[in-house]
Amino acid sequence: MSYADSRSYRERPYYVPHESHWPIVGAVGLLFTMLGVSTWLNGSDAAFWIFMAGILVIIYMLAGWFNDVIAESTGDMYNKQVDMSFRMGMFWFIFSEVMFFSAFFGALFYSRSMVVPWLGGGSNNFFTNLLLWDGFEATWPTNGPGNMGGEFIAMEPFGLPLINTAILLTSSVTITIAHHALIANHRKVLKAFLGLTFLLGFIFVGLQAEEYIVAYQDMNLKLTSGIYGSTFFMLTGFHGMHVSIGAIMLFVVWLRVLKGHFSPTSHFAFEATAWYWHFVDVVWLGLYVFVYWI
Amino acid sequence: MSEHDHHDDHGPAKGIKRWLYATNHKDIGTMYLVFSLAMFMIGGFMALIIRTELFSPGLQFINPAFFNQMTTMHALIMVFGAVMPAFVGLANWMIPLMIGAPDMALPRMNNWSFWILPVAFSLLLSTLFMPGGAPASGWTMYPPLVLQTGDAFPFLIFSVHLMGLSSIMGAINVIVTIINMRAPDMLLLRMPMFVWTWLITAYLLIAVMPVLAGAVTMLLTDQFFGTSFFLAAGGGDPVMFQHIFWFFGHPEVYIMILPAFGVVSEIIPTFSRKPLFGHDSMVYAASSIAFLSFIVWAHHMFTVGMPLSGQLFFMFATMLIAVPTGVKVFNWTATMWRGAMTFETPMLFSLAFLFLFTIGGLSGLMLAIVPSDIQYHDSYFVVAHFHYVLVPGAIFGIQAAVYYWLPKWSGHMYNEKLGKLHFWLSAVFVNVTFFPMHFLGLAGMPRRIPDYSTQFANFNSVASIGAIGFGLSQLLFIYIIWLSVRKQGAQATSEVWDNPKGLEWTVPSPAPYHTFERPPEVTTDKAFT
Repeated sequence: MSYADSRSYRERPYYVPHESHWPIVGAVGLLFTMLGVSTWLNGSDAAFWIFMAGILVIIYMLAGWFNDVIAESTGDMYNKQVDMSFRMGMFWFIFSEVMFFSAFFGALFYSRSMVVPWLGGGSNNFFTNLLLWDGFEATWPTNGPGNMGGEFIAMEPFGLPLINTAILLTSSVTITIAHHALIANHRKVLKAFLGLTFLLGFIFVGLQAEEYIVAYQDMNLKLTSGIYGSTFFMLTGFHGMHVSIGAIMLFVVWLRVLKGHFSPTSHFAFEATAWYWHFVDVVWLGLYVFVYWI
Repeated sequence: MSEHDHHDDHGPAKGIKRWLYATNHKDIGTMYLVFSLAMFMIGGFMALIIRTELFSPGLQFINPAFFNQMTTMHALIMVFGAVMPAFVGLANWMIPLMIGAPDMALPRMNNWSFWILPVAFSLLLSTLFMPGGAPASGWTMYPPLVLQTGDAFPFLIFSVHLMGLSSIMGAINVIVTIINMRAPDMLLLRMPMFVWTWLITAYLLIAVMPVLAGAVTMLLTDQFFGTSFFLAAGGGDPVMFQHIFWFFGHPEVYIMILPAFGVVSEIIPTFSRKPLFGHDSMVYAASSIAFLSFIVWAHHMFTVGMPLSGQLFFMFATMLIAVPTGVKVFNWTATMWRGAMTFETPMLFSLAFLFLFTIGGLSGLMLAIVPSDIQYHDSYFVVAHFHYVLVPGAIFGIQAAVYYWLPKWSGHMYNEKLGKLHFWLSAVFVNVTFFPMHFLGLAGMPRRIPDYSTQFANFNSVASIGAIGFGLSQLLFIYIIWLSVRKQGAQATSEVWDNPKGLEWTVPSPAPYHTFERPPEVTTDKAFT
């Protein structure tokens, strides 16, 4: 942004919203959600419904809050500077998500390259191995010296996961085509390719569910299968959750396209969703290489 | 649409709605500060329970389990409930005023960030009344100990998640505000140091709070869903939690001190009547500290077992931090050199910060050295060290900021006599409390223990007396704020002090509900450089 641009921002004042009840609704929703899930984990089945009530309040808050923002945007209340705030906000949000995944990738790398070799007597851990886990040989994948969850078969990279890789990469192409169509004002192409993108997203999630079913039923590969099962399911699970959220975002954007929202010059919601979609795509490539393949 | 339509000059909403539905950065800043003060009192009360039990050897008042709950809750509340929200409150109030912005960039999200905090701390405090009591594992939540927590366990995990959510959203708001909302001539290197340090702090927050969320999520799934992250039998390792936790935890300690550096960098020039010495080098020093904070985490774990090469790397990287920190300390000193100094309360707190934080920094340097740390580890020396950087460091920084800017917020001067009294009581008692802990630690007294050997009795009694004195002195702080807010002081001018630099002094005191709806002219006279 050049200096002159930043001055021209000020031709219209920055939009500072008046009082809004959505934040406090969101806080109450979080209270019920967390209270519910905590009590539920402590063994109260009824608390599950408090959790669900909290989720509903959060969905209500999200819908209402975005509704307000969309109305303000289509009401031409935002100048370029507000738009830039949204862009930066989304960028830093995605950065925080990257760091969240880093924690789990870090756990994978650390346990695979340090913990398991050390349990097998590597480095200066001869006695750890001899006294605690005599006979344990460091291998990967592993469910640990305690054979947690029993013998299992590791996930192969070249079946479903490869298909899923192709699906996500294709969806990255289709959303780019949709974006170009939006800029060129080709609404039909936009509708078709954006629709295709979220369909690919949901297909990915469906195939991932199928993979989990096969893992649990035929391979005895479970969340409880030691460190391999833990890292496999937590990484792919959180990724799948993010794909689901991204696909829902794409679906909402698609509905807005059907309603005639977005113009070739103003379509931040579309772009933010596309950034998010590329983010889950990149995380998947990391997963495919480090969880499935290597 | 004419710009008037969405630009009406309206005041605050009436009644409770003003706070529940707030979008104004000043209102939200006030809520953060009040919340933080409340948490400071609750966390401080827990500290007094700890010090009362430790007044003499033997078990007098509370059982060991409850003692452990108190140390854990005291730390969680002070770190996440008192220090961090206080700085976010200061950021909310002051950053828009200091850079000439009409408000924070994302005002509604700003309110959400705040209101998540009362939810998080209600959940956390409610655990005191649960079967098994509150979390008692220490704020570091190391497994496997933390997995023995009773019903409080999921509440602990999810309240940490909520604190993280609040911090991340608050930090996003701060970064976007600073990068995107500056008045046109407020170039990055003209920004006041408080804004700079907050920019760096916000970056650290976004980088590490999600990692903490990941770590506690792994604890949750290990406990309830059978994963093996921290279970050796499954190929995991409890030490791995420590690595992930301290990858968050070390930047976290700079999150708690960098904004205090910023505050002191505002106050010392004002009361020395000289510009800050080496403004740009302060920026580079703070950035270097932030970078180094990511590669020193394992110095918290020297005794837990790691390869020698790891110990060496983390030792030397840690000692490097002394260089940029030294730059800052010397710059503050050079700022005062031949200045026309006066010693109002904010300046007194800043000077105490300079001396006492440096003591904490030097004991940190001792702890960085692996062979020494093996002796000091988990002793009261560590407790002395981090309380020196947190109480006369972070807390004095916050209190200096409150005295410095309170007249701008309330429109009325605080009572200078009472302020000075509060300062001297705090400065004396903080040393009475924490200085003996150095000796206790060097003599071998372990931390997180409700009972101790009789040779530690004298220093413990002294520390407990100091703690009670320090705690009572803080009631004076509340009273002083109350007087100023109730307009029991001289009307403050817009400049408040003697020709201070910075845009916040160009608006009236109290600052109007809306400020800088039009970006101000930034002349070099008003900026720091």
